[in-house]
Amino acid sequence: MSSRLSVNKTYKQFVGGAFERSESGRSYPVVGAGEQLLAHAVQGSRKDVRDAVAAARSAQSGWAGRTAYNRGQILYRVAEVMESRRDEFCAEVLRATEGCSEEAAATETATAIDRWVWYAGWADKFPTVLGGANPVAGPYFNLSVPEPTGVVGIVAPDEPPLLPLVSRLAPVIVSGNTAVVLASERCPLAAVTLAETLALSDVPAGVVNIITGHRDELVPPLAGHVSVDSLDLTGCNSEQGGAAARQAAATITRVVSASAAERQWADEAAQSPYLIDAFCETKTVWHPKGR
Amino acid sequence: MEPVGDFNLEYAPAPESTAPVKLASQYGLFVGGEMVEPAAGALAPTINPATGEALADVSVADAADVDRAVAAARAAWEGGWRDLSGAERAKYLYRVARLLQERAREFAVLETMDGGKPIRESRDLDIPLAAAHFFHYAGWADKLDYAFSGRRAAPIGVAAQVIPWNFPLLMAAWKLAPALACGNTAVLKPAPTTPLTALLLAEVLRDAELPPGVVNIITGNDATGAALVSHPGVDKVAFTGSTEVGRAIGAELAGTPKRLTLELGGKAANIVFEDAALDQVTEGIVNGIYFNGGQVCCAGSRLLVQETVADAVIGKLQRRMDTLRVGDPLDKNTDIGAINSQAQLNRITELVASGVAEGAELYTPECVLPEQGFFHPPALFTNVSTAHRIAQEEIFGPVLSVLTFRTAEEAVAKANNTPYGLSAGIWTEKGSRILWMADQMQAGVVWANTFNRFDPASPFGGYRESGYGREGGRAGLLPYVDLVA
Repeated sequence: MSSRLSVNKTYKQFVGGAFERSESGRSYPVVGAGEQLLAHAVQGSRKDVRDAVAAARSAQSGWAGRTAYNRGQILYRVAEVMESRRDEFCAEVLRATEGCSEEAAATETATAIDRWVWYAGWADKFPTVLGGANPVAGPYFNLSVPEPTGVVGIVAPDEPPLLPLVSRLAPVIVSGNTAVVLASERCPLAAVTLAETLALSDVPAGVVNIITGHRDELVPPLAGHVSVDSLDLTGCNSEQGGAAARQAAATITRVVSASAAERQWADEAAQSPYLIDAFCETKTVWHPKGR
Repeated sequence: MEPVGDFNLEYAPAPESTAPVKLASQYGLFVGGEMVEPAAGALAPTINPATGEALADVSVADAADVDRAVAAARAAWEGGWRDLSGAERAKYLYRVARLLQERAREFAVLETMDGGKPIRESRDLDIPLAAAHFFHYAGWADKLDYAFSGRRAAPIGVAAQVIPWNFPLLMAAWKLAPALACGNTAVLKPAPTTPLTALLLAEVLRDAELPPGVVNIITGNDATGAALVSHPGVDKVAFTGSTEVGRAIGAELAGTPKRLTLELGGKAANIVFEDAALDQVTEGIVNGIYFNGGQVCCAGSRLLVQETVADAVIGKLQRRMDTLRVGDPLDKNTDIGAINSQAQLNRITELVASGVAEGAELYTPECVLPEQGFFHPPALFTNVSTAHRIAQEEIFGPVLSVLTFRTAEEAVAKANNTPYGLSAGIWTEKGSRILWMADQMQAGVVWANTFNRFDPASPFGGYRESGYGREGGRAGLLPYVDLVA
């Protein structure tokens, strides 16, 4: 008899480079296709969100201080490692999504990997495309460069489980931002598996932090946090999103949300250097010229 | 400093192992994805310039081989490469970058054996930068729409690329990476004295499963290069080398629809103002002229120093030159390796003799040169006038000519007093002066308080007789695309 009892994975949050349960000790059942119980995911708390923001904040200057070439290579490494674990991602997508075909799961995974490759290539190019010299009317050198805003809070769309998350995360971190991601509430497991990939790809601890749990509970502490510099509310419903935007207004935090075109996740329209720009500040440097 | 007891403060030899390098006795041509014998079977040895001994026999491609290589490139272009999506082209180039990174040490040792440059440079600069170049342009392959807004970037076709011996693999990367990223195919011709890393690159391209014929590498001599650039099946020519050959190629291509870019000689001015940080300046000047033994087209071969600090700078420079280590390029402590060939050594020696004959004052540190191979000590000329040959002609060796100036205007006039315009260096603590000077320089690259910096994201190329076209960054895509509505 060759039957063997499988060893099941514990899905934990990813904060500051470590996989941790919630300080609240809570979990919630995650059910997949066919109402089958997949796992008990961590039900993160307000405190977990704050810890994640603190981790993202402390990682930010170091990440932005890496050379663009280095950040590009690390994002490319994420694609390499995802590719080597493609079957695992396909299985994760398949069992999480009602009515998903194997082919659709394979396409979603492949597109997600290619999207990392695409954004990896932008690391040392977006300032060339988005910034540049400004010919001011005077003897001045004047140069505009995009710089990361800092810590970005991302509310990932609920479904599909993998591609939308990658599509919103990659353009945020490529420029040197760090991120606190609220994973899909309904299908959070692919996000945790992605975190494992990030941990193996030389992405420094704290650059990406992933919290799982209930949106109603987690969005308010993220949106209202003064250390969060930008918010991507793509995964919020209109009520949640409106409330979060009002909170963000109090701290002059910019709010971004995917357009209808960008929500065609498999299309090229879902990836853009202007999405990198959306999470950048433009800094302009003046310097006089004269002998 | 007094010697302390019996301590010997000399460096012990620290030779890099040649074990990673597996040399064949004979090399064919890389055409259509395979190594093939040259049609006429001609061979020529490639020499290790540090020993004068032959490393291997390399094929000399003739017109029939050029035909075959261009046909392979054409077939690969029409057979799919031009229609492949940018994202897929990108993946091939990323693979090449990674394979180069993985085999970096092997490439570095081979580069040093074949070309004579210090292992420290091939290990820390040539090979990592070559890989970085492929990595950078991989990322452009699927982003061309963003590089040229309002136009679509279409590939040109078959690119003929002729490269020099001073940075053999790096120049191959500078040529191939943007060409392939933009959807062209290529025939690359390495220099006669440094073919081996290009031939090892052929292995990498094959391991990356690059479709056959997308890159073809043909070794040979000047006649091979001439046959390649004049071949009617070629759509675009890219040449890096001497201004003399660049002129000939320009004349050859005149009246044809072929596109041409040239990266040619230089006689860069390194301009030092009296307020500059002089110790930093000294290191910068040394790096500017003695890096790769001065066999660099953008070398800072003319030092323009403000009169008030001329003596101080020259004194510091001479003391620093005394510490430079000339010798075995495979030794990790070597600063100046071998001169690339006997012919190049002859040219340097002849120009140095002309400097002495024309009345300039020569300084070289006392150093013992190896008995075998081609070596030249670092040299410094003072009392140089702008009319001297050593102030006008590109020496392409470790020879620095020092001139002085009083005002910024005079520095500008002297710096631009050359038919070349590749690079310039400016040393001053005053930012506004850096930017004003940079505006005045007739040069494609201006380094301020640094020198000889290269990056795949940064365009490189010359004004005036240093050529036209840029390599690196977004500007480096332009020579390899047709912009269509």
